Amino acid sequence: MYAVTGNVAAPPSTRRGTELALVLLAVVLTLTAFTSVSAAESSALPSGLLTDGLGFTAVAVLTHLVVRRLAPYADPVLLPAAIALNGLGLVVIHRLDLAYAASAKAAGQAPGHADAPLQLVWTVIGILAFVAVLLIVKDHTRLQGLTYTAMAVGLVLLVLPALLPASHSTVNGARIWIRFGGFSFQPGELAKLALEVFFAGYLVRKRELLALAGRKVLGVTLPRGRDLGPVLAAWAASLLVLTRESDLGSSLLFFGIFVAMLYIATERKSWLLIGLVLFLAGSLIAYRYVGHVHERVQIWLHAFNPHYVDGQSYQLVQGLFGQATGGIFGTGLGQGRPDLVPFANTDFIASTIGEELGLVGIMAVLTLYLLITMRGLRAAIGTRDDFGKLLAGGLAFGFALQVFVQVGGVTRLIPLTGLTLPSMSYGGSSLISSWILLALLIRISDAGRRPAPGAATGPVDESATMVVRQ
Amino acid sequence: MNHALRMVAAAALVMFVALLVNSNILQVGEASSLRANPHDVRVLYSEYSHQRGPILVGGKEIAKSVATNDSLKYLRTYPGGDVYAPVTGFYSLALSDSALEQAEDPILAGTDDRLFLNRISDEITGRTPKGGSVVTTLNAKAQQAAYDGLKASGHPGAAVAIDPSTGAILAMVSYPSYDPSVLSTHNSRADTQAYHRLLRDPDNPLLNRAINQTYPPGSTFKVVTTAAALSSGKYTPTTLVPAPNALSLPQTSHQLTNFAGETCGPGGQITLTVALTVSCNTAYGGIGLKLGAAALSRQAKLFGFGQAPKIPLQVSASHFSDNATGPNVAFSAIGQYDDSVSPLQMAMVASGIANDGIVMKPYLVAQTRAPNASVLTTAHPKELDRAVSSQVAHELTTMMEQVVAASDGTGRAAAISGVQVAAKTGTAQNATGQQSHAWFISFAPAAQPKLAVAVIVEHGGQGGVAAAPIARSVMCAVLGCS
Repeated sequence: MYAVTGNVAAPPSTRRGTELALVLLAVVLTLTAFTSVSAAESSALPSGLLTDGLGFTAVAVLTHLVVRRLAPYADPVLLPAAIALNGLGLVVIHRLDLAYAASAKAAGQAPGHADAPLQLVWTVIGILAFVAVLLIVKDHTRLQGLTYTAMAVGLVLLVLPALLPASHSTVNGARIWIRFGGFSFQPGELAKLALEVFFAGYLVRKRELLALAGRKVLGVTLPRGRDLGPVLAAWAASLLVLTRESDLGSSLLFFGIFVAMLYIATERKSWLLIGLVLFLAGSLIAYRYVGHVHERVQIWLHAFNPHYVDGQSYQLVQGLFGQATGGIFGTGLGQGRPDLVPFANTDFIASTIGEELGLVGIMAVLTLYLLITMRGLRAAIGTRDDFGKLLAGGLAFGFALQVFVQVGGVTRLIPLTGLTLPSMSYGGSSLISSWILLALLIRISDAGRRPAPGAATGPVDESATMVVRQ
Repeated sequence: MNHALRMVAAAALVMFVALLVNSNILQVGEASSLRANPHDVRVLYSEYSHQRGPILVGGKEIAKSVATNDSLKYLRTYPGGDVYAPVTGFYSLALSDSALEQAEDPILAGTDDRLFLNRISDEITGRTPKGGSVVTTLNAKAQQAAYDGLKASGHPGAAVAIDPSTGAILAMVSYPSYDPSVLSTHNSRADTQAYHRLLRDPDNPLLNRAINQTYPPGSTFKVVTTAAALSSGKYTPTTLVPAPNALSLPQTSHQLTNFAGETCGPGGQITLTVALTVSCNTAYGGIGLKLGAAALSRQAKLFGFGQAPKIPLQVSASHFSDNATGPNVAFSAIGQYDDSVSPLQMAMVASGIANDGIVMKPYLVAQTRAPNASVLTTAHPKELDRAVSSQVAHELTTMMEQVVAASDGTGRAAAISGVQVAAKTGTAQNATGQQSHAWFISFAPAAQPKLAVAVIVEHGGQGGVAAAPIARSVMCAVLGCS
């Protein structure tokens, strides 16, 4: 991994030059992929290469300049990795647009609306949100003051779909939307961020209590019964999301983030144990009593069963076939048939990458996600305040967990849930929340690497050089 | 908190490693077995992306792929239509393929190992790979004549014609039929709807009655009984057999009577030849009782009963019950117990007698060819069994000629001037209240047979009336009479 070696004498480098170079690399990667789609489609350069290319480059460089101005000490890898993922996602969505248009033409139908231009708009909005967060949140510790506001906002966003009539909240069986007219939004994506702020603020205040009180049983210090309240509440809320909104993915994600943050706050392994027990109990209850969870598990276990293969597991199985077709190097962008997989540009974008860019491509994408995760956790370790540590830790782990649950589902490592792939999947809510998350990580990493006012310049923190202790 | 954060980082690393390992397993380890899965629609799309080879009758294409301008680049069409549907089957996006489209898929799709070199050279020269072609053994005139005849009857039915000396199938018709084109469009919903419409049709047009439906053989089975009788050494064509108006049966008060209660001949005794000529039930009931079920069963098996060959379409086995006892043996001997036969099987019985007693293995594919028209495989005729001795075959042929030639023969309707036709009629009773199935089996010219034919007209009434003219027109189509 990349390591900052603290130079005792010189002031800490801002590393903006590195960031710019990496941003340009991400732009080149995106434009190469864009060109390669066109080459496969019509053996020609894309008609919009010049305008789209210049536009994308300008947006990327401008974003970099904003970071240079507003968070000069930020980690230099976070932004380029996010631009690469967002750019590659755009190219893949564009590539699927072309495939859908071709099939519509073949079937003698008018082509549906293209998703890529809209995703481009969402990208710009996402980046504006990113800039806005950096502008408004000059000091992330001030978010701690919003702990209970964040809770209220998060809970409202979370339960809103469940309260709306199904016609305004349900798409393909999952009740996780707010729909009015042509506008639709997944509030859970933003709820996730708000709840992470709440968890961080809440746990920072309660950490002493949750960490110390308790009695030792079989060598493990268990918390007092009355301190189990918060974790039980989180657990109950997760189950509620699951049963009321049929959203297995979010349910898993919320509980996972909460337990991880509880552990980070208290450093107490017994919380992990309790979390695990509650998770297993919840899974068992859900498997036995929640119809669609049972079904998801059955589809996962028996994906190739003739009973499912042309029906309920069709999407999963066709996605697996696509990835198998891709093999090591992939079919090449524009040369596979990822459009045969339903929802290839949202839920199954990972299988599209596996098919057309191969094992090499999916591993590169996973490595970018790993990079963001590890850089986020490094920012957590590097920052000085507990709230920042907790928030960055929760954001980074939540990000990793979402990628794990999403890609794991598509590759049949675990049952399929309805999460989107951060920064890549088609959809405004997901993209905007990914950019906000990135802004928060950048803000916290900036705080960690910024020399303390008046303090002698020196190594920020020896431990920051290594994320995983060997 | 830093310690916990490092633990969380380690956990995240484990999750990513799990994803990476899993992707490796999926895209490398399991890739080839996944790609071989028949549910992978990609395979189908790539099959459609190059031209599938044609199915031919003579020089004529009865199934071919034509270029389209949609995303599936070739559309399968069936110039052979309803007439050839039981042979070609269909090649569908939504449904699993059938008949030759399924059985010869590796050749037609171009994936057969024997086409390996072709594929390599296509790859090198940049030509789009094509599938090979399948040349059937069918005779276009015979096939058309059989189809027209069955259609004119207005009843469901089937007809099969075989070249007795080789086993090559000259005609294989099932009526009513369907147009495979409607199941092979590029619109899988339309395919599925058409398929369900055909499935709901009470006349079951998707069923290939020639090889996949079995019927009671009725009096055509008397040819098998006669073969068993002559082979036993206890009978000759001139042996006198009892032919009462009603045959008393053992262990029951029931009696076996003749068709419409007729008398087979004066004096209550007739020769075996006359018994076959007039299709005398009481005489054959008696012969069956004397020979026993085991002898009849043995003879039936020598003609191919009990086997389910692939031609390469899967044929349903014909069945002769060898556990018939008491009075049922008499019914078995006239094809009215629980025996059931396919039209192909009865054509094999006729062709075995026509071919000096030797039954040839039936086959439908004469040749397979590479896309460049070089021959990949040529069918080699194979003997299935010797059903009867050469002498018995000759005796039976002479007897069967009488069925057509004699003034009281039941098969006079199949007579062709200048050609000696050997035949046997059948009128198989089935469900009560329904007309009998009309059967006719024949071969011609009797001295040097060019083809053997079996025809069934479901609920068509008497074989000599409803089925014989169809068999005659098939024979004429091949032999060239008018």
